[in-house]
Amino acid sequence: MTMSEGKTDYLSGQHPDLPPPITEVGVVGWLRQNLFSNWWNTGLTFLGLYLVYLIFMPLIQWAIIDADWVGDSREACTSGGACWVFIRVRLDQFLYGFYPVDEQWRVNLTGLLLAATIAWLTVPKLLGKRYAGLFALVVFPVIAYLLLGGGRFGLEPVETTLWGGLMLTLILSLVGIVAAFPLGILLALGRRSNMPVVRALSVAFIELWRGVPLITVLFMSSVMLPLFLPEGVNFDKLLRALIGIVLFQSAYIAEVVRSGLQAIPRGQYEAADVLGLSYWKKMGLIILPQALRLVIPGIVNTFNELFKDTTLVMIIGLLDLLAIIKAALEDANWLGYSIEGYTFTGLVFWLFCFGMSRYSMAIERKLHTGHQR
Amino acid sequence: MTEHLDQQAPATASFWRDPEKRARLFQVLVVVAVLALFGYIFQNTLHNLEKRGISTGFAFLDNEAGFGVLMSLIPYDETYTFGRTFLVGLLNTLLVSMIGVVFATLFGFIIGVARLSSNWIISRLAALYIEIFRNIPLLLQILFWYFAILPLLPHPRQSIALGGTVFLNKRGMYLPEPITEPGFGWVAAALGLAVVASMFIARWARRHQEVTGQTFPVFWTSLGLLVVLPWLAFGITGCPLSWEYPALRGFNFRGGITVIPELFALALALSIYTAAYIAEIVRSGIQSVSHGQTEAAYALGLKPGQALRLIIIPQAMRVIIPQLTSQYLNLTKNSSLAPAIAYPDLVALFAGTTLNQTGQAVEIIGITMGVYLTLSLSISGFMNWYNKRMALVER
Repeated sequence: MTMSEGKTDYLSGQHPDLPPPITEVGVVGWLRQNLFSNWWNTGLTFLGLYLVYLIFMPLIQWAIIDADWVGDSREACTSGGACWVFIRVRLDQFLYGFYPVDEQWRVNLTGLLLAATIAWLTVPKLLGKRYAGLFALVVFPVIAYLLLGGGRFGLEPVETTLWGGLMLTLILSLVGIVAAFPLGILLALGRRSNMPVVRALSVAFIELWRGVPLITVLFMSSVMLPLFLPEGVNFDKLLRALIGIVLFQSAYIAEVVRSGLQAIPRGQYEAADVLGLSYWKKMGLIILPQALRLVIPGIVNTFNELFKDTTLVMIIGLLDLLAIIKAALEDANWLGYSIEGYTFTGLVFWLFCFGMSRYSMAIERKLHTGHQR
Repeated sequence: MTEHLDQQAPATASFWRDPEKRARLFQVLVVVAVLALFGYIFQNTLHNLEKRGISTGFAFLDNEAGFGVLMSLIPYDETYTFGRTFLVGLLNTLLVSMIGVVFATLFGFIIGVARLSSNWIISRLAALYIEIFRNIPLLLQILFWYFAILPLLPHPRQSIALGGTVFLNKRGMYLPEPITEPGFGWVAAALGLAVVASMFIARWARRHQEVTGQTFPVFWTSLGLLVVLPWLAFGITGCPLSWEYPALRGFNFRGGITVIPELFALALALSIYTAAYIAEIVRSGIQSVSHGQTEAAYALGLKPGQALRLIIIPQAMRVIIPQLTSQYLNLTKNSSLAPAIAYPDLVALFAGTTLNQTGQAVEIIGITMGVYLTLSLSISGFMNWYNKRMALVER
């Protein structure tokens, strides 16, 4: 058989040089494969479409088409859809709590600095990650404290009782993670230590905090902490909540860091020992830099959980984003807009948490090279 | 040279150069520091309590509580003691946790499997569910259901009736209550018998298969036993079970089981939130079984159902169960958010109301934390045992 006479041997549509049939590639092929591959799949597709119709049509109608966006009182909400006017009017409070209006630029400045620091830490193209980390963990908290608290450099002092809203949520979660981080590393090292006493104490500390709900920890720090301290020493409510959060959080960080320490091959430990490095040099120069890089996704996930958990401070009377919206909903002028209020809060939290979870997934993918199918 | 070496190698290094001695000294210091800290806290606390005139000890548990409770599984009124309040709170916590666990598992498995569906729309919808509910604080979800959605339900007179026996309105959910009559013990006994018999059949079938290679339809036999025996007993003893249906009387429903809106909202939020996590666990568990396992099962001639039941699921379960247990634990701990909507759980009733009444913060917070800690430690102890049993035995 020669090439020249092969022309007639093929049935129509069977020539090997033909492009694949239109039903197998492109949009049609994709549809057939993913939505209509058999009767069962087709049924599921229609069920799914029906669900989408059932959920999203009324939602879009309510949240966008029928919604009221402009105005400054509840009289503006007449169309029967969502009343976003409520959010607009109260937005200032939701962001800053009762922080004095004239001083809000300080919060904004801190926020900008925070955004820049986070960008420096997370955007791969920006160099000097070590300095970024140092800045984020040491320099930034000092600057933020001075800016927000005031009382120095001619800044008006602002009581922490006035702090609230999204700003307070961010402060609680960021201070929680930054302060819990060193403590968590120490605990993780303690749990892996050769010294039985240190190990036992670390395990007891970690398991104690991991075994109880955060709310009991917050109750403890707000009710019991004043009893533990000498008479006359008193912290403000925010600091008490923070102490509770940091103790709680450090236990979770410790477990994440420990998983990283365990993932470092034994050879690394032994090599450091052979080089004659002391314990702290071995950990600080060889083990931790590798281990911490491995656990970045875990730490981001822990932070994500903490960020959601900060809403619990509502129960001990701090006005974080959720608490302040809940309080605003009880305002007699704006009764009956609970759905709008909670939807807005949910959206804000969702944006933060979803962003973080995506970031941690991206890092995980970057770290897991060569395991993909 | 040798003489020199002998001189240079004393048997002991100086105290600071010996890591073992250094470690011992360090541990002693740590113990002293921790004891000092506890002593300091103890002193301060005693002093502060005395100053404020708060009594110490657990005697308050026998005092009369003097307040009522919204919902209780055991008889309770104002004249019972604080000890009883604790018990009421604990039972309510366990109740909402158990309801949450059941529904979270149900939703979680459905959504986890849907997430893996080859149908694009279904898997996207499941992903949407997971991403939405996992990334919104649980407390917010509880408040949303309780304060935003439940008030939208109709008044008792216009209740939503599901099948004419379950009613849903602003004031809660009303379910028919089963009322057992004297002969019902026989039905329970028959059920017990069926369970024991099924276990024996399963054991016999395994041995039978090992010896002869023949399989026995254990599942269908057991199902048959579990269904037929109780029904038989039920029929013979003359149907000793009746239902008390809720009925609208006056302004509200009477009779049957009342699920108060607080319980309804809390259980709903807990189930929906935890289901998102469970769905991810189920998905990762199923995906963790390498495709080669399926192919190998088919190559051995197993049918798809058999491959799923005998090869895939047992291996996936090894990944799923530990994580699932920790989610159950999380759910139980999360049920402590109840005070936000005044559901009378352990935290709301004991660490809240009782603490306010007695002021004995140290004892009450201690007991509350102790309960959760005991629960966590016993479950994680069980998990360690289970993991050791289930772990792959490699060389």
